[in-house]
Amino acid sequence: MTSHFLNLEWKQYFRSANWQKSIFINILLVLFALYFIVCFLLIGIGAYFILKEQFPDQDPLVLVNSFLLYAITADLIFRYMMQKLPVMNIKSLLLIPIKKNKIVHYILLKSSFSFFNFIGLFFYIPFAIVLITKDYNVAGVLGWLATMILLTQSSNFLNFLVNKNNKVFAVLLTILIGGYLVQHYNIFNLPAFVGTGFDVIYQNPILALVFVALLMVLYNINYRQLRNEVYLDAIISEKTKEANTSELAFADRLGDVAPFIKNDLRLMWRNKRTKSGIWMLAVGLLYGLFFYPQPVYRDMEVIFVLVGIFSTGTFLMNFGQFIPAWDSTYYKMLMSQNFKYERYLKSKFVIMSISIVALFVLGIPYVYFGWKVLLVHFAAMIYNIGVNTHVILFGGTFNRKKINLDEKAAFNFQGTGAVQWIIGIPLMILPMVLFGLISWLVSFEIAVTVLASLGFIGIALHKKLMTFITNRYITNKYVMIHAFNQES
Amino acid sequence: MIKATDLTKKYGKAEVLNIESLEIPTGQSFGLVGNNGAGKTTFFNILLDLIRPTTGFISSNEIQVNTSEEWKNFTGSFIDESFLIGYLTPEEYFDFIGDLRGMNKADIQNFLAQFDEFFNEEILGKKKYLRDLSKGNQKKAGIVAAMMGNSQVVILDEPFANLDPTTQIRLKKLIKVLTENREVTVLISSHDLTHVTEVCERIVVLDKGNVVKDIETSEATLKELESYFSV
Repeated sequence: MTSHFLNLEWKQYFRSANWQKSIFINILLVLFALYFIVCFLLIGIGAYFILKEQFPDQDPLVLVNSFLLYAITADLIFRYMMQKLPVMNIKSLLLIPIKKNKIVHYILLKSSFSFFNFIGLFFYIPFAIVLITKDYNVAGVLGWLATMILLTQSSNFLNFLVNKNNKVFAVLLTILIGGYLVQHYNIFNLPAFVGTGFDVIYQNPILALVFVALLMVLYNINYRQLRNEVYLDAIISEKTKEANTSELAFADRLGDVAPFIKNDLRLMWRNKRTKSGIWMLAVGLLYGLFFYPQPVYRDMEVIFVLVGIFSTGTFLMNFGQFIPAWDSTYYKMLMSQNFKYERYLKSKFVIMSISIVALFVLGIPYVYFGWKVLLVHFAAMIYNIGVNTHVILFGGTFNRKKINLDEKAAFNFQGTGAVQWIIGIPLMILPMVLFGLISWLVSFEIAVTVLASLGFIGIALHKKLMTFITNRYITNKYVMIHAFNQES
Repeated sequence: MIKATDLTKKYGKAEVLNIESLEIPTGQSFGLVGNNGAGKTTFFNILLDLIRPTTGFISSNEIQVNTSEEWKNFTGSFIDESFLIGYLTPEEYFDFIGDLRGMNKADIQNFLAQFDEFFNEEILGKKKYLRDLSKGNQKKAGIVAAMMGNSQVVILDEPFANLDPTTQIRLKKLIKVLTENREVTVLISSHDLTHVTEVCERIVVLDKGNVVKDIETSEATLKELESYFSV
């Protein structure tokens, strides 16, 4: 039976369209995972020696123990945000003669092999090995290691019980921040206090059995809870939220593009994929704060261009790069509706331009870092409106990947193709190089003028450029309809 | 109204559609019947210029659909759920389509008021997004949207599938009313022989892309179709 399940799992993974379509993205994700693994490994191996050197009169194990409270709560918080019990794909198993108990055990066991449970081991295991080579008590270290593994597994199951309960999340955050504060102000060393508990386990490894019991209890509660909910109307069902309707009457002032703009606004608010993108706006807007407070960048005017283009253009890039794939699920309908393609593209241009101006206005406080910054940002805004909007709309004609709006956004690269990576060059690098060169060869003022002029030229040629872009879209119409029709 | 000439569609070597000549006069209620893969949806897709024919062309009201877009002004269609915008409520969706079809708020209100019975209080004012509606209710919204803005040609692919019996009966009534004045041309495809024979005055049977039967509907039609398909 288990082999059947594993077989299904294998096929599900390798036959998923994601895997087959973009090897590039997969490589990226694997590299990302490898990066974490290597980091943890290095810390795991090096921790003993580093701690010994920094705090020669203290026991590294005790030091590590006194940080475990943070590690465990942070782990729980991370899980709380990212990890989900994989129950959705068992619907098809319910009618097959397999005992429900088995299905439930399978789900739970599967969850304990999740990436979240392994990442910590890359630290704990090498650290434990180093301890043994340094003549620590072998039984004690093994007991300690077993405790760590059991604790990670317990966290795994605890997380499912918590299951997105905000109160528990608040408690976890309080422990993390409160623990730090009481330690910082020397009121009470909570982490060290918890750490002594782990020291005791090292001294009496038999105590690790307590955590075996803990894990068993948690597993059991999970099992019972799940067993009662393997029904279509219980855990497997997706809850439907009540729609919040809004008239968005203000958009009516935008004339004939209004219906499309209203749609785009609703698209952004009502879909998982786009909602998290909205947070990117805040990140983009505050991007300058990574650079400007540091004196190193004060006189690097090229950096102003980077920040200017990026902070006024975050929406342009996040939203624009997936035009027209945002509308891919109903693209056929749009193509049989009564409007000119130009009107559709114009709506995208208008919404992007408005966002650019709005983000510039919100970014005016950057003037605190000097009038030059604001001046460059202004030029960047014009450049974004005049050049980058058109570039990104043109790039859209190469979009061939459907976007499923209902899927979550974190680590979701659906819809991403080579275009999205290549398009970044003219968007960001070109203005930076241009600006840097002219400002180095001639002067800062001229460089700003050139940047803004390019933008104005783009705005002046708007009609012509749009006609050209529209024709490209019309030529590609059938290919796009076909591509957006494929499930990805 | 609609005229297909030397129409073929091939994917590689496989021919999925081959219609030498087919003419549908204005105001006709036209039914398209055939097993899976017969080419019904392909025909509709070509008619809506969503795919290109390999040879030949379709013209609608004297407008060749793949060279001019003017046909969009008088054509409404619902092919499948991908014609719906899932994250909108039905009201917002009707507003959107209505807006594109040159209707104002009041027009849309009046238009939707006729469909109270058809909607059966399951579509409007439910505070649900289209993606959260059942398949049948999604279909209701799509069918009504296809009729918005005085469409002269209405194209419905499998409109009866997924509808509950009451709604099926109401839809038949709706289509009959639509073609009453002989101004609106309705094209329907269906797997349900009873429904098409009841609603359509003319039925064309496709098989592997070819027209194999072209029948004026009469008392005997249902029997004829049943015997054809029972092979």
